[in-house]
Amino acid sequence: MSLKEQLENLQQKSLQDIQKVVDLDALNQIRVEVLGKKGPITEVLRGMRDLSNEERPKVGAFANEIKRDLAQAIEARKAELEAKKVATQLAHETLDVTLPGQPVKKGTPHVLTQVIDDLEDLFIGMGYQVVAGYEVEDEKHNFEMLNMPANHPARDMQDTFYITDDLLMRTHMSPNEARDLENHDFANGPIKMISPGRVYRRDTDDATHSHQFYQMEGQVIDKNITMADLKGTLEYTIHHIFGEGRDLRFRPSYFPFTEPSVEVDIACFRCNGKGCNVCKQTGWIEVLGAGMTHPNVLKAGGVDTEVYGGFAFGLGIDRFAMLKYGVDDIRNFYLNDVRFLNQFTQEG
Amino acid sequence: MKVSYRWLKDYLALTTGPAALAEKITRTGIEVAEVTQMSAGLKKIVVGHILSCEPHPDSDHLNICQVDVGQDEPFQIVCGAPNVTTGQYVIVALPNSRIADNVKIKKGKMRGVVSMGMICGLQEIGFADSVVPKEYVDGIFVFPEAIEPGTEVYEALGMNDDIIDLDLTANRADALGMHGVAHEVAAIESLTPHFENIVVTESDVQTADQLTAQVADEQLAPSYHLRMLQNVTVQPSPMWLQTRLWNAGIRPINNLVDVTNYMMLTYGQPLHAFDADALMGDHKQIEVRLAKTGEKLTTLDEGEHDLTNEDIVITDGHQPIALAGVMGGLNSQITADTKNMIIEAAVFAPTAVRKTAQRHNLRSDASSRFEKGVNVADVQTALDAAAAMMTDLGNGQVTAGTVSPTNLVPTDKVIEIEADRINRVLGTEIATQTIVELLERFGFGVVNTDNHLTVTIPPRRWDIEIQADIIEEVARLYGYDNLPSTLPTGDMTTGALTTEQKALRQTRHTLEGAGLTQAISYALTTPEKARQFTLVDSALTVLDWPMTQDHAHLRMNLITGLLDDAAYNVARKQTNLALYEQGRVFLKQAKAQVRPTEIEYVAGLMSGERQIKTWQTTAVPVDFYTIKGVVERLMATYNLTAAVDYRPTQDYPEMHPGRTAAIYVGEQLVGFVGQVHPAVAKEYHLKETYVFQLDLAQILALPTSSVTAKPAPKFPEITRDIAIQVADQVSNAAIVSAIKAKGGAYLCSVELFDVYAGSHIDAGKKSLAYTLTYLNESATLTEEEVNLAFEKVVAELVATFDAKIR
Repeated sequence: MSLKEQLENLQQKSLQDIQKVVDLDALNQIRVEVLGKKGPITEVLRGMRDLSNEERPKVGAFANEIKRDLAQAIEARKAELEAKKVATQLAHETLDVTLPGQPVKKGTPHVLTQVIDDLEDLFIGMGYQVVAGYEVEDEKHNFEMLNMPANHPARDMQDTFYITDDLLMRTHMSPNEARDLENHDFANGPIKMISPGRVYRRDTDDATHSHQFYQMEGQVIDKNITMADLKGTLEYTIHHIFGEGRDLRFRPSYFPFTEPSVEVDIACFRCNGKGCNVCKQTGWIEVLGAGMTHPNVLKAGGVDTEVYGGFAFGLGIDRFAMLKYGVDDIRNFYLNDVRFLNQFTQEG
Repeated sequence: MKVSYRWLKDYLALTTGPAALAEKITRTGIEVAEVTQMSAGLKKIVVGHILSCEPHPDSDHLNICQVDVGQDEPFQIVCGAPNVTTGQYVIVALPNSRIADNVKIKKGKMRGVVSMGMICGLQEIGFADSVVPKEYVDGIFVFPEAIEPGTEVYEALGMNDDIIDLDLTANRADALGMHGVAHEVAAIESLTPHFENIVVTESDVQTADQLTAQVADEQLAPSYHLRMLQNVTVQPSPMWLQTRLWNAGIRPINNLVDVTNYMMLTYGQPLHAFDADALMGDHKQIEVRLAKTGEKLTTLDEGEHDLTNEDIVITDGHQPIALAGVMGGLNSQITADTKNMIIEAAVFAPTAVRKTAQRHNLRSDASSRFEKGVNVADVQTALDAAAAMMTDLGNGQVTAGTVSPTNLVPTDKVIEIEADRINRVLGTEIATQTIVELLERFGFGVVNTDNHLTVTIPPRRWDIEIQADIIEEVARLYGYDNLPSTLPTGDMTTGALTTEQKALRQTRHTLEGAGLTQAISYALTTPEKARQFTLVDSALTVLDWPMTQDHAHLRMNLITGLLDDAAYNVARKQTNLALYEQGRVFLKQAKAQVRPTEIEYVAGLMSGERQIKTWQTTAVPVDFYTIKGVVERLMATYNLTAAVDYRPTQDYPEMHPGRTAAIYVGEQLVGFVGQVHPAVAKEYHLKETYVFQLDLAQILALPTSSVTAKPAPKFPEITRDIAIQVADQVSNAAIVSAIKAKGGAYLCSVELFDVYAGSHIDAGKKSLAYTLTYLNESATLTEEEVNLAFEKVVAELVATFDAKIR
């Protein structure tokens, strides 16, 4: 057998061994055996000294070629075996991905806060300031400056928690409008403010009444504010909260601190205007009261009614939340049952 | 105000149907609560004529009636009403009929006797108790006159009329009378209302010879008028009148009283009738004055009232006979025997009437009108119309003349306004001529001089006083729906939250991120709860006239609200709780402070398990360090310049004396954190509960540090661990502070990683282990440098705390 034939045989056999081997250690052993200094190729090549000068380089080149081929075959087989090993490993690591993840705790903002934040962000975007005021108010700001003089029916003890003859728990957020009018310097530009907060009424708590609830007032006072501006602002607000497509109804109404006054109804959620129990068969649900600021209110705040005018609006945060989320008992907001609170996880 | 559509048609040639009209009225200014027809839902209810009425053999109260219901044979109907008798025309619900509340009537047997339907009382076909004539309240209704048997009853009882229920705002008392409503609807429908002219036929007897009257103070009754009727006959009113009254929610009583109520509904002017013969003296004397303390009056509803010197009363010169504008006295009421009577039409002081009605709990149809005002122009008209109708319905003669100790002369009001101003306020471009036409539809006089309008308002619209009122009238008739829709323009304003508002939001977000859910509790509470868990001494703020004692005091802490919330949840098996509340407390710290200072606080509560048992982890209960971690996280967000320090405290009696820390920023106390005293927790039916409370206002006012960026360290840190055994009472804070004091320039952090007491540790001792981290920001630290620094710390701990290095 010529040297070349021996090499060819060797190659043949080694390739077969490489294909047969199934683990990396064995493969490594083959590599050492076949390609190592004491390996069969080296052994065969020792016989080269018996070859002619002419043949020696040819066989040498051939031997190198086989060495390279075998090295490649080993590498290829190694990659193959490694991939297999990884695959086995991964298969071994397989988890039941349907098992629950580790709970991550996140508290929920109160649904009333969510409504307030949403409204605040909306109005801030339109250039309004947010004003807080006092929960304990005086008669002057809660009533008198809002065109409700002494003996006005709205000032009756029945509806108001008085602390002294002059001090009371604010019954609405409008005192902050009076305070703003009182303090504002129009040299700094127009008044554009909202004021969300807690108010109190002398009511017995039941499904639709609460002695404590939340309202938001807003007002804009400038040189050329129109009722059309009020209408546009209210439409924008209500559509933002209750959805674009909802029909609105603007209805004349009466409040001591605005003239003309308006109440806004939205088409009933349940029946969409046809009439049902929720809307008391009217097809409409009242959501908001507003109007053009009464001249007496402006005058009480020291504003020149010949130059400035504007609008004011007030809405019930609890009522908005009840309508938006279908809450049927206002007491839910103040009992703080965590099962109730934690359902409002979708913020905004 | 319940408005009869048919009655309205007496005044207006209406073409719009009731439902459509109601929607128009609502959109123009008076909200319609509902439109109803009493006959709706009723079926097969007819007039029956009782041919015979025999007692049921097996009953002591039932009667067997043969009733002609317009069919070939009479129907046999068993009836239990006490007032049933032969010859009556009655309401019969036939077999398979439907009466009130959707109840079906079927042919049946009563104690063995066949009954073909039911003879009904008015309540059974839907009438409210309060409008059913007294004599029929406990029995069947009997028609006053013969009606063809078998005829449906609805027409005769006024039940086919559409009733439009107006939800009137306080300013629209002008629509508390049908004439006022007619004017309003006339404007909406561009119609002209027509009202009957009243003519009173007077006798030769002069009223003034029979009667004198005086008003003690003109303020009490600025307009006061009396007429007299002689020889009247008291009897039931005709059906048309009764039906109009009950459709308006008023119970028919007798012809004379009914007329006073009918005129109140017509003109919005309450009237009152006295039995003249019940008054003292031959010559009758009426006086309007304030009551004297100690005087008493029994009103028509038989209620006895101790009068005060703020009640206006009508007297007969000797004793009170009516509470002015509220309710008449029982002593002078119209009875079946009344022969001579006095009718009163007046304007009373609105506030006094309102307060009297409130004080004596006697709100009536009359008082609600007087307190909102009446049409000054119709006082005499209503009086005359009543006198005329009473003679029609009750015979008798009206004496000559009205006795009027006070009188208000009705005057028109004139308001000047530029058409342009109307458009400027509304944001419209309505033509001046259109504005004029709109105002004229209300029946106002309008003179247009170069777009300057002079508007004349009749007395019946006393709510119109200023320009803004005129603008509203134009706007509502023009239609709010027709107004354009724009957003305010003009000088730009910037909208943004203030620093404080942002900090409040951030506080909420941090706590929510830490797993706490926001609660909103009641700010009004009991005195005990208001006073618990207070950070500072404060006087209590108390409501003058609370609704309940549970909500009568302003809170001075936020924790009791959270404890109430926790108790509510625990009672419902929700025991793993993490709640916070952000809100105000009301403190009066200064001497003689009346108005409380409102301070923003934040408080939190945790109890139960902070980590629930899962398939991977075991349950971990909430402990002091859980809630302290939340507070530490929160305090870190404020970037306060001074260090936050937790010091053991026993200052809060509601807190666990060994598990509470006062929270200081520098030397300023800002709150506390710890376990609720087990005794207090027990009062709330709670187990181990942890809370914190912070004075946010104070924290937000403290100096803060802004961040100056540093590059991330380029050189490696070197750490050293140390475990020491010290006496139990040595605090971690003391050790950390000693380590930091002696740690050298390169010590950058000290982290506690183990606390241990028990076996292998001497009694009264504990073991603490810390990792000290060293870093030189400008060079690589050498082992020698660190060893040197570390040894100094070790020496210090041994020297100061007698620490044993482990």
